[in-house]
Amino acid sequence: MKKFSKVVSLAMASMMAVSMLAGCGAQGSGSNTFKIGAIGPLTGGAAAYGLAVCNAAELAVEEINAAGGINGYQIEYKKEDDELNAEKSVNAYNTLKDWGMQVLVGSTTSACSIAVSENTKADNMFQLTPSGSAEDCVKYDNAFRVCFSDPNQGIASAQYISDNNLATKVGIIYDSSDVYSSGIYQKFTEEAAGKNFEIVSAEAFTQDNNTDFSVQLQKAKDAGADLVFLPIYYKDASLILTQANTMGYAPTFFGVDGLDGILTVENFDVSLAEGVMLLTPFAADAKDDLTVNFVAKYQEKYGEIPNQFAADAYDAVYIIKKAMEAKNVTPDMSVSDICEALKGAMTEIEASGLTSAKMTWAANGEPNKEPKAVVIKNGAYVSAQ
Amino acid sequence: MSSFLTYLISGLSLGSIYAIIALGYTMVYGIAKMLNFAHGDFIMVGCYIIFTVSGALSGNSIVGILVAIVLCTLLGITTEFVAYRPLRGAASPLAVLITAIGVSYFLENLALLIFGADIKSFTSVIKWEGLTFAGGDLRIQGVTIVTIAISVIVLIVLQLFIKKTRQGQAMLAVAEDKGAAALMGINVNKTIMLTFAIGSALAAIAGALLCSAYPSLSPYTGAMPGIKAFVAAVLGGIGSIPGAMIGGLVLGIVEILSKTYISSQLSDAIVFGILVVVLLVKPTGILGKKIQEKV
Repeated sequence: MKKFSKVVSLAMASMMAVSMLAGCGAQGSGSNTFKIGAIGPLTGGAAAYGLAVCNAAELAVEEINAAGGINGYQIEYKKEDDELNAEKSVNAYNTLKDWGMQVLVGSTTSACSIAVSENTKADNMFQLTPSGSAEDCVKYDNAFRVCFSDPNQGIASAQYISDNNLATKVGIIYDSSDVYSSGIYQKFTEEAAGKNFEIVSAEAFTQDNNTDFSVQLQKAKDAGADLVFLPIYYKDASLILTQANTMGYAPTFFGVDGLDGILTVENFDVSLAEGVMLLTPFAADAKDDLTVNFVAKYQEKYGEIPNQFAADAYDAVYIIKKAMEAKNVTPDMSVSDICEALKGAMTEIEASGLTSAKMTWAANGEPNKEPKAVVIKNGAYVSAQ
Repeated sequence: MSSFLTYLISGLSLGSIYAIIALGYTMVYGIAKMLNFAHGDFIMVGCYIIFTVSGALSGNSIVGILVAIVLCTLLGITTEFVAYRPLRGAASPLAVLITAIGVSYFLENLALLIFGADIKSFTSVIKWEGLTFAGGDLRIQGVTIVTIAISVIVLIVLQLFIKKTRQGQAMLAVAEDKGAAALMGINVNKTIMLTFAIGSALAAIAGALLCSAYPSLSPYTGAMPGIKAFVAAVLGGIGSIPGAMIGGLVLGIVEILSKTYISSQLSDAIVFGILVVVLLVKPTGILGKKIQEKV
């Protein structure tokens, strides 16, 4: 018996050695397709984001392949689930790396993106996160993003509320245990100084204390807030909307991209979300050809109206295409060479896509584009203008 | 003043939820002398059963609750039989405690597997709007009143059951001394199983009320309220049934008031701080009895 297990382990060891050699081979010359990977929470509380990102990236890859690929090469695409967990996101990245990924579209959420960026930096792999909005997501030079950073979302929200005279008194409810939420909150309050509205209450909650929001809402109500800013995820927001309704408090609720997905909560009474506004670079009802075409294709393939995460990811793949074309990148280049080429290309290209007609990037990874907002009407997003 | 009363009512409604969960905790601890850390997850299971059955019967929540009570009772009995009973004789009482934590994770992950981690919005089983006072400024939600009423009924029924019935007397005897109770001809295993059955049925009821008050259902729904309710049970004197009720209400009110007047971020720290202080002054909790350990 002992001998047998020895034989087995020897066989396994040799198999491993062979597969490692094969792995080396794939990285060098010989392959004639690009390998793009995507990571996001495909299951779990934030699945609405991950599925949107991974589906839309897949759609973009299929379109590009049908139109002849990038620089004449087809793209292979693979997605991995991270369940909104930073460790699992790194595992997902390693799985994709073993598969031979050359460029990463991901991760979908901030904390996961930050965790993965440590690895992409070490491997010098080009990382373009569609929706990782925390500042640190692009702290390394190999990482760029499509969406606004959190500070930008806070700043843009304050500007949008002020420019459109949405309120005179603003209350804020934010998650102090979450880097995403508290980051936006901070920049929002900084930007709000000197604007035409006043912050009358700013109340926090934590992930260990996120069932009862009656105090936070009551304080906003007592302070006379006519708009409540919610820089939080939709899971908590759905409870806040329900509780505000129970206590008969009906201010304008204004959120950022974390609120996107609230309409997908099972059994949720969408009438509670009526009139909720959110800052988003994408409105599915926009009438431009690109949006109409994208929404139709996405709906046909996945049976859902795409949200902004989908739009960000769709743009991300086209941005990669544009950057690769700018530097004539080919699949036989090493991961690191591709990364160097794309890094250079990103600051030079001017992309247009679903989320903006004109996007440019600074070397620090931040995009430059105009903020837009949508409002929920009859259970669907409508452009707020 | 009116805003203080509003916050007080908020505290009452949160506290009433803690109280009804704590009743189940303390009942099992008082008799079986074990902390069923999976109690919060029994609640979550109850919520999912009500959600699924009511959904299938187009919103008939009464049937949903009844099915949940039956299934949770079975779950409690099965868990006790499979996971806890074999370990009851183990040298260290920690063995059962660790198993309870294991059961808790097992149930959470099972729910993740079956229902996914997506939150579901729970339709309240209490349709009543509640009472309004002071010209509509003050409102006590229907679910709060129902929760308190049910907690009080459960409290009285449990007290009567334990004091007046043979089974209840057997429970008291088992709580006092398992070995001696067995010598007196009491079936210890059967008695503890009955305790778990009642505790788990209470979990199903608590689940219906928890999710009616806070209608967001996920596999982790029961976890944090379960821990808070455990704190409430300890605060009130673990093992004491009226203590659980008082502990729950005190905890809810303290939590809301500290959120209101001190800091919305620090409320948990304050709540647990108070627990430490109470236990320093009165180690057995508010209503806990001091039991002299005989050596």
